[in-house]
Amino acid sequence: MTDPSVVDVPPQGALARLLRRKLALFGLAIIVLVVAGAVFAPWIAPFDPNDQMFDGLTLEGAPMPPDGKFLMGTDLLGRDLLSRLLYGAQTSLVIGVVANGLALVIGTLVGITAGFFRGWIGGVLMRFTDLMMAFPALLLAICLAAIFRPSLWIVAMVIALVNWVQTARVIYTETSSLATRDFIAAERTLGASTPRILFRHILPHLLPTIIVWGTLGISTTVLLEATLSFLGIGVQPPTPSWGNIIFENQTYFQAAPWLVFIPGAAIILLALAFNLVGDALRDVLDPTQRGRD
Amino acid sequence: MLDAGPAPLVQVQDLKMHFPIYTGLFRRHTGDVKAVDGVSFQIQAGQTLGLVGESGCGKSTVGRTMLRLYEPTAGRVIIDGDDVASLPPEALRKKRPSMQMVFQDPQASLNPRMTLADIVSEPLHEHTDWTRAQKLERVYELMDQVGLNRRFVNRFPHEFSGGQRQRIGIARALALKPRFIVCDEPIAALDVSIQAQVVNLLEDLQEKLGLTYLFISHDLSMVRHLAQRVAVMYLGRIAELSPSTDLYSRPLHPYAEALLSAVNEPDPELALRRKRIILKGDVPSPANPPKGCNFCTRCPKVMDICKTVKPDLVEVEPGRMVACHLYTAAGSTGASEAPERKNQERNQQGENR
Repeated sequence: MTDPSVVDVPPQGALARLLRRKLALFGLAIIVLVVAGAVFAPWIAPFDPNDQMFDGLTLEGAPMPPDGKFLMGTDLLGRDLLSRLLYGAQTSLVIGVVANGLALVIGTLVGITAGFFRGWIGGVLMRFTDLMMAFPALLLAICLAAIFRPSLWIVAMVIALVNWVQTARVIYTETSSLATRDFIAAERTLGASTPRILFRHILPHLLPTIIVWGTLGISTTVLLEATLSFLGIGVQPPTPSWGNIIFENQTYFQAAPWLVFIPGAAIILLALAFNLVGDALRDVLDPTQRGRD
Repeated sequence: MLDAGPAPLVQVQDLKMHFPIYTGLFRRHTGDVKAVDGVSFQIQAGQTLGLVGESGCGKSTVGRTMLRLYEPTAGRVIIDGDDVASLPPEALRKKRPSMQMVFQDPQASLNPRMTLADIVSEPLHEHTDWTRAQKLERVYELMDQVGLNRRFVNRFPHEFSGGQRQRIGIARALALKPRFIVCDEPIAALDVSIQAQVVNLLEDLQEKLGLTYLFISHDLSMVRHLAQRVAVMYLGRIAELSPSTDLYSRPLHPYAEALLSAVNEPDPELALRRKRIILKGDVPSPANPPKGCNFCTRCPKVMDICKTVKPDLVEVEPGRMVACHLYTAAGSTGASEAPERKNQERNQQGENR
């Protein structure tokens, strides 16, 4: 029959191509590092994150700058910043990945359904999305958080419930333009079922958008968690999260800049890492980019 | 038609496709775009019906409505014994393999994220429970049939030329062994040199597989080459439906006459002598068509009756159907013969050079 050697090679696995990209590898390394830090925090953290150490403050009662003992300095209450960052990574990852991921899933499902079916289903879903958009997200989060007792998972859920709207809006627009394309009409003349059209033919085209919104969402959700914590309805102190470390210490920005810079840099680095991986993933999954890496 | 013989494979009866217009805050239904407004025709098995007309006359909508890509407003579409326009969803799905479509723009009608193998085996996935190997075998078979190198099986659509892409589209349409294929301007997006190849391919396939085509096009010479009978559409209605040799040598409907006078004449002497009919004005909006004949606002031979009464498509000569009062109004033979004679003269002039 067909000699396999004369057939053009099938596209290489996405993972293999992803791993050949330096920037993607760099991003992956950071993500692995942060995840490892969060998981192994109890073993690698030099101090208890909530221990207000006697020698953690100067004689005047100011936080200690980074030195040999406290590698990243201490905070206002004399707690070791490095230890707090490691434990805080747990919270921030849950928020940035789980809450943000959930928001993405909700937004995509709402957007794809509304965009594909249009009519009254689309109308109802999108008017509801508009309503959510018009309503101040923070206020809504405060209400939701006040109804449920604040805990990490409740905060994650609240964030997911207020953060899906932008995704839904963007996915809706893209889906409704995709749904009128000829290749979807071609699928329908073949008698393809609606779920198959939605998930096999439309969803892959939405991946680039979903990836971009997903990576953008990481930094915004981490900071939203910080805002909620700052208002007392997020993660309850003394549990650390990257966001609330910044908020607790922001008034001492000039006297103790490391207290804001270091957690801020951590958030940026994590968001950047996801961004790099997401970007590479988008290229790898796009067949028109084949052979360009 | 009065042709004695087997029942036609495809029968379209008074097909209407109106797209509603909603306006205002409360989305009130204020009118309809009458894209297709009462179209009837038949196609015998193994034959090709050409459907021509200018942009926006509703010819593509006819094709798409016939395959239930739109829900028709009224009318029946009987394909091989079943009324496609009213089949319930599951029965429609089962019916789909027998009627397929080749799209205008092969770039747009192929999913850019799937390989050729995936695209062509999509229909097999939907309607068979074959194994991967069986599907691939059929894909290779189809690739041979449409003249694609088997080597390309794992390529993506953007890695092909326009003509090759259209071959992929044809292979996909053939995968389930359909009896009827709607070719919706399959060559309009291609280079002239490629057009001939694709048309020849379609002809070969028709001969080998006994396919029946509805060939939608604005390329009048291509339709003449391919189709046994041709329907000329204007503003959602059929103006004339005639055997293609008759239509091209002696169009009856004034619109068909004007349309055909626009076909390029390769012979320069003939081209000089030819009378080019240039219509004045624009096509009226299909949301608000004229009260009488749709063509009455631009017709060079317009009469009073044209402005009030819509002409029906009736057989005025054996095998030739025309919707025009010139041939039916008041049974006045004088009125109906005059334009014919003029046409004949013109064509005779053309023929005795």
